[in-house]
Order: sequence, then C-alpha cells, then structure tokens
Amino acid sequence: MDLALAPETLARWQFGITTVYHFLFVPLTISLAALTAGLQTAWVRTEKEKYLKATKFWGKLFLINIAMGVVTGIVQEFQFGMNWSDYSRFVGDIFGAPLAFEALIAFFFESTFIGLWIFGWDKLPKKIHLACIWMVSIGTILSAYFILAANSWMQHPVGYKINAERGRAELTDFWLVLTQNTALTQFFHTMTAAFLVGGAFMVGISAFHLARKKHVPVMRTSLRLGLITLIIAGLGTAISGDLLGKVMFKQQPMKMAAAEALWDGEAPAPFSIFAYGDVEKGHNKVAIEIPGLLSFLANDDFSSYVPGINDVNKAEQEQFGPGDYRPNIPVAYWGFRWMIGFGMASLAIGVVGLWLTRKKFLLSPGMRTGEDEVPNLVLFKSKALNPRLTTWYWIIALWTMAFPLIANSWGWIFTEMGRQPWVVYGVLRTRDAVSPGVSQGEVLASMITFTLVYAALAVIEVKLLVKYIKAGPPELTEADLNPPTKIGGDDRDADRPMAFSY
Amino acid sequence: MELHNVWFVLIAVLWIGYFFLEGFDFGVGVLTKLLARDRTEKRVLINTIGPVWDGNEVWLLTAGGATFAAFPEWYATLFSGFYLPLLIILICLIVRGVAFEYRAKRPEENWQRNWEQAIFWTSLIPAVLWGVAFGNIVRGVKIDAEMEYVGTFGDLLNPYAILGGLVTLALFTFHGAVFAALKTVGDIRARSQALALKLGLVTAVLALGFLLWTQADKGDAWSLAAMLVAVVALVGAIGAIKVGREGWSFALSGITIAAAVAMLFLTLFPNVMPSSLDPAWSLTVTNASSSPYTLKIMTWCAAIATPLVLLYQGWTYWVFRKRIGTQHIAADAAH
Repeated sequence: MDLALAPETLARWQFGITTVYHFLFVPLTISLAALTAGLQTAWVRTEKEKYLKATKFWGKLFLINIAMGVVTGIVQEFQFGMNWSDYSRFVGDIFGAPLAFEALIAFFFESTFIGLWIFGWDKLPKKIHLACIWMVSIGTILSAYFILAANSWMQHPVGYKINAERGRAELTDFWLVLTQNTALTQFFHTMTAAFLVGGAFMVGISAFHLARKKHVPVMRTSLRLGLITLIIAGLGTAISGDLLGKVMFKQQPMKMAAAEALWDGEAPAPFSIFAYGDVEKGHNKVAIEIPGLLSFLANDDFSSYVPGINDVNKAEQEQFGPGDYRPNIPVAYWGFRWMIGFGMASLAIGVVGLWLTRKKFLLSPGMRTGEDEVPNLVLFKSKALNPRLTTWYWIIALWTMAFPLIANSWGWIFTEMGRQPWVVYGVLRTRDAVSPGVSQGEVLASMITFTLVYAALAVIEVKLLVKYIKAGPPELTEADLNPPTKIGGDDRDADRPMAFSY
Repeated sequence: MELHNVWFVLIAVLWIGYFFLEGFDFGVGVLTKLLARDRTEKRVLINTIGPVWDGNEVWLLTAGGATFAAFPEWYATLFSGFYLPLLIILICLIVRGVAFEYRAKRPEENWQRNWEQAIFWTSLIPAVLWGVAFGNIVRGVKIDAEMEYVGTFGDLLNPYAILGGLVTLALFTFHGAVFAALKTVGDIRARSQALALKLGLVTAVLALGFLLWTQADKGDAWSLAAMLVAVVALVGAIGAIKVGREGWSFALSGITIAAAVAMLFLTLFPNVMPSSLDPAWSLTVTNASSSPYTLKIMTWCAAIATPLVLLYQGWTYWVFRKRIGTQHIAADAAH
C-alpha cells in the first residue's frame, strides 16, 4: 500500500490536525476563564462599572471560544477508540483512568457551572454567580491536569507492569502516574503557556481599541492586566520549560538530541542557533552554536556530556532490536525553535509594553482632554515621533496575539513527533497502535470530514470573534447593576425578559 | 459483587443518565421544527434546555471515558467497529454545540435560520443513531477471535437495529415534548401537551414492538421485569400528560428510558458485546475489563464524584426551575 496513504499515516495526520486545532482553543479557554473570573471578582469587590463591563466583554469572547474548545474535545476522547484501537487495548488499563477522572471530576464541573454562569446573571446573587465562573476556571485547570498526566505517561511510562498473558500494560501505581515529575513539569509548562495566550489576547485586543481611543477605561485596565499576565506567564514558561527540558534530557535523550540536531555526543555540548543537516548521513552541513550551553541546559553544568542522535539510536537498537529510532529531525529541530522563539518574543513584548505604559507616559495633565486619556506610551523630546512610535507598539501588540498560539502548536508538535517512532516511549510503537480493522477509506473519510468541518467552523469563529471584538464592551443596563438577591431570581417582575437567552 | 460487575452496572447507569438527560434535549431540538409556530417560540424551546444541555452531554463523555478505563477492549472494539456511525454522531455533536452558542450571536435572519436547521438535524440524527448502535450491540455483531469487528457499515443497518433507532427517536421526542410542557407557559405549553400525547402513542407502539422482540430473542425473567416497568411507566407518562400533570409525566417518561436501557444491559450481561460469529468470541465483563487495581481506583473516584455531580447538576435544575414563555424572550434580540 502506498505509504503516504497508509491508515497509520492518515490516522496520525488526523490526530495531529484535530489535536493542534483543539489546542488553539484550550489555552485561551483556560486563561480567559481565570482572567474573566479575576475581573468579575474586581467588580464584586469594588463595584466599579469598568470591571463589570470588562467582565462582560471578555466573558463573551471566552464563551465564543470555549464552545469550540468543548466540541473539538469530544472528538479527542473517542478518537483513541476509533483510530487507535490497539493502543486503547494495550494501555486502556492505565491511560483510561485519568481520562475517566477528567470526565467525572473536571468536565461535569466545567460544563454545569458554565451553564449557570451564562444564564445565571438574573438568577443568582452576585457572589454565587461569581463563584460559578471560578468553578468553571477550576474545572478547566483540573481537566488540563488529568489529560497532561495521561500524556506524560506516554512520554515517560511509570507505575505499570506488562501483563504478557493479556498482552497489555497494567497499572500498578496510579498516584505515581499523577505525580511523576514529567506530569508535574508538563502541567506547569502548559499552564504558564496557556496564560501567555490569554495575556497576549488581552494585550492585542486592548491595543486595538486604545489605538482608536475607544472604550478607554475598560481597555486600559485590560491592557495592564494582559501585560502583567504576559510577563508572569512568560517567566513561568521559561522556568518550567527549562525544568521540563532537564527532565526530558534524562527521560527522552533522543528527543532532545533531535531538538538540537546534535548528531554525536559531546562534552561540553553546544547549543545550536542554526543548523542545516543531512539526515541520511547523520551530520550537519551548517551549524552556528554557543559552546557549552546545551550541557548547562541538560545538566546544570557547562562541561557535561550530552549524548547525540547517533548514540541514542545505537543504544535503542541494542535495547529494542534493529530499526530506526530517530524521529523526524527537521520537525523536532525547528519545532523546538519556533516554540521558544515565539514564546519568548511574547514575553519581551509584555516587558516593553508594561514599561511603556507606566504612569509617567500618560499624557501630562495640561495635554489631557478627559480623565481616561490614552497613554502616549513614548515620550521623547521630539513630539512628532511620540505618536508614531506609539502606533507601532499598538500594531506589534496586535500581532502578539498570534505568537503564543504558534509557540503552543509547535510545542505540541515537537513533544509528540519527537517521541516517534514510539507512541508510549520505549513500550509501544506507533505502528502497533492503530486500529487494524479500520480501512484506509474510513480514516480518509473521517480525516477529510473533520478537516472540512473544522475549517468551516474556524472561519465562523474568527468572524464572530472579530465582530464582538470590534463591538467593544456592552453598555450596562439597570438589571446588570442590580443583580438578584435570591437564588432562582427575584419575583419583582415575573414576566421580565431573561438577561441572557440563546 | 466483583468490581467488573460493579462497573458494568455503573456504565449502564451512565448511559441511563445520558439518555434520560440528553434524551430530552435531543427531543426539544427535534421539536423546534415540529412544535414552534414562529421564531420566538423556537427560541423559547431552545432556551428551556439552554442552561443544561452542556452538562447533559458530559454524561456521554463520562460513559466513554469510563468504558475506556474499565473495559478497554469494549471501548476499542465498539468505537473502531462502529466507525462511520460514530463519526456522524461526533460531527453532529460538534455542530450542535456550536449551533446553540452561536445562533443568537448575530442578528441576521439567515444566520439564525441556518443554525436552527442545524439544531434540528443534529438532534434528530444522533437520537436515531444511538438506538441503532445499541440495537446492534444487543443483537450481536461480527466480532472475530481477535475481538475485532469484521462486519461492514451495511451490517449495522438491520431491521432490529433500525427499529431501535426509531424507538430512541420517538422516545426522546416524547420525553422532550413532556419536558417542554413542564418548562413553558402559555400557548406553547398547551400545544406541547397535545403533541406529547400523540408522540406518546407512537412511541408506545414502536417501543412495545422493540422490547417484545428483544425479550423474545434474548430475554430472561429480569429483563421481563425491566420491560414491564418500562411499559407501565410509559403508559403512566402518557396518562399523566393527558391530565396535565407534567412533572409526573416527565418523571415517568424518564423511568421508561431508564428501564428500557436497563433491560438492554440485562440482556447483554455477562457479555458486553456479543459476537454473532461465535459465542466464544464475545466480549464479556471478564475478558474485556481492566485490572482489579484500576477498577478499584475508579470505584473510589466514582463513589466520591458521582454524588457531588448529581448534587450540583440537580441544583442547576433548581436554579432554572421557572417556566419560560414568549414574554421572557427580549424583543430586541428576537430576530
């Protein structure tokens, strides 16, 4: 059979497409839930209208986004059974448990309380309504934790034994699966990266409005919140990335060697800035490097030995039998670089932005026409240059919205493709994991269907987001400012239209 | 009771929960075309399930996840075997979820009509396909010695399974009509009642046929008892809606669903997916299940989480207990 259209290849493409697509929505959902909850908390505590407006504005964008996150998540759960039935049979005893926990503990939480939050504005007292969005936020984070624990087990299987009689892996220590360092560092890294997405989203959209001097009080607050989120999350992503890298150097040396295009082990090992190589022959033709840095990243020591691709390949051949144990090296190498590059660029833009929006850069009192003047961002002696540089920052800020999403996607592609040819590292090969009974035509049909449906939904989603972004925060009504005091709503006017309806 | 038997029961309970809950929101989705006279009435219907459909759907995700964890072989055989029907269901659930959230997000009539069409079809198709799927599971499908499904898509479309699909469609639509009568006021409530009565009679005929067929084919004393409960509850539900007792009717139509699903699971046990090629190749609660250790952990999780879920989901229904009518739909958004 033509390898390019083999069910295994198609199933992998489908998994890649559906997962990367799903993960465009997930990080934004996780971070926006928490940021919206934070804004609503600010409103409940201070009763300042700008916080309520901000809550409603970001909350609406959050809802448009979470709808996609939820529906694309359903596919993820069933895809294992559909395309990867031998995987499911082999690891279900272990992998199924965190998935079931996710459903029982996190999904129910999230989906039930989101209904309460959406429809509860005129049915719930202020503080209970606020608690609902926090519940949603907790639900999204718990969900991420369980799924990352499951994924970490595929990266670094622990707490199991092989039952030869049943031909499968069986769980022996669930606590270890949930708390192994791979799971914890991956969770830390993915969470911080998620907040990078939310921070950049807030910064970009606030910049869009501020550049047009619209909705200034709400957007200035949002901009600062976004920038602070961007910085904290950016630093967190860097720290957790370093920790995760060290864990991976130990657990998956092949993946990290591929990420660095380090063909042969060296001591000290250099960090690669740019490399162009020959995969067949196993060496680089062009390499620009920083000496010793890779040793430091791997082992906290500038002169330590780091094994290369060829060394690990040989070691794995000795351990697992003949074969090629190298992942797609250009994908791993460049995926790793796009991830770090775009992630760190987001952090840099956050730092610059926060510095530029200090109080000092607000227009001086004499120049202001109103309380809520847009900060001029840059105050040079040359007055002509100030607005121009400010405009540039707004434009860059808008582009920043895409950066963490690119970083996230490449991060996942790197993590998953860097593990190949294994689906469970050192235990189960990807080619042994596909559904034997599913035909090429079936996988092809489903891959095409999902791709088309997802593409159509992407167009719809983006258009809706743009519409609501442009519309800006809503005007508040009497009902918004006077929430009910009773659960189930007041009886003040039984025939009053609902505050929110589909 | 051994843990794999406990999990067989729990998975039956999850499916009962799913069909009880999403059953009525599928039904309401179908009714948007059968019952609503104008756009505002359509919105009333959609909003009766607005706050709860998402939580209802999680019962399916939990049933899927629990099957994966407790009976990996069952999960693998079922979802790789019923590949295309499952694909259609997934696409429907994707479009349906988006349809609810996006329908009112733009004022254009065209936009809203398209999503309303989507809500109708994506409620109707899964309502049928779940019945077809369960009909096939109970009847037995071509499973080989390797636990792989070796039949075709066409094999799944046999008379028994198709009747099963019609039963779930009718039953869910009836259940939805009773729910709509329970949750609305005014003219639409009266019409929901009248329609529920008719739907109830259609359901009764179809369901009786399907359940008797099942009983004759696979039944024992236990399944007979479940069948009798289902039939009596259905008759009760129809009677209650006739005299305007919507709450009772809804509880009874729910019991009908619960008892009918219980009957299917009772006829399965101890199989989870019988093979029509050779009974020795059937998937059973023992050869499809996870290790005792995994089942033990899952049991603890379920024992703690399930009561909590029931508590807060129940609370949601309490918060949104008020009936709604056309007057509750804001005029400015009623495009």
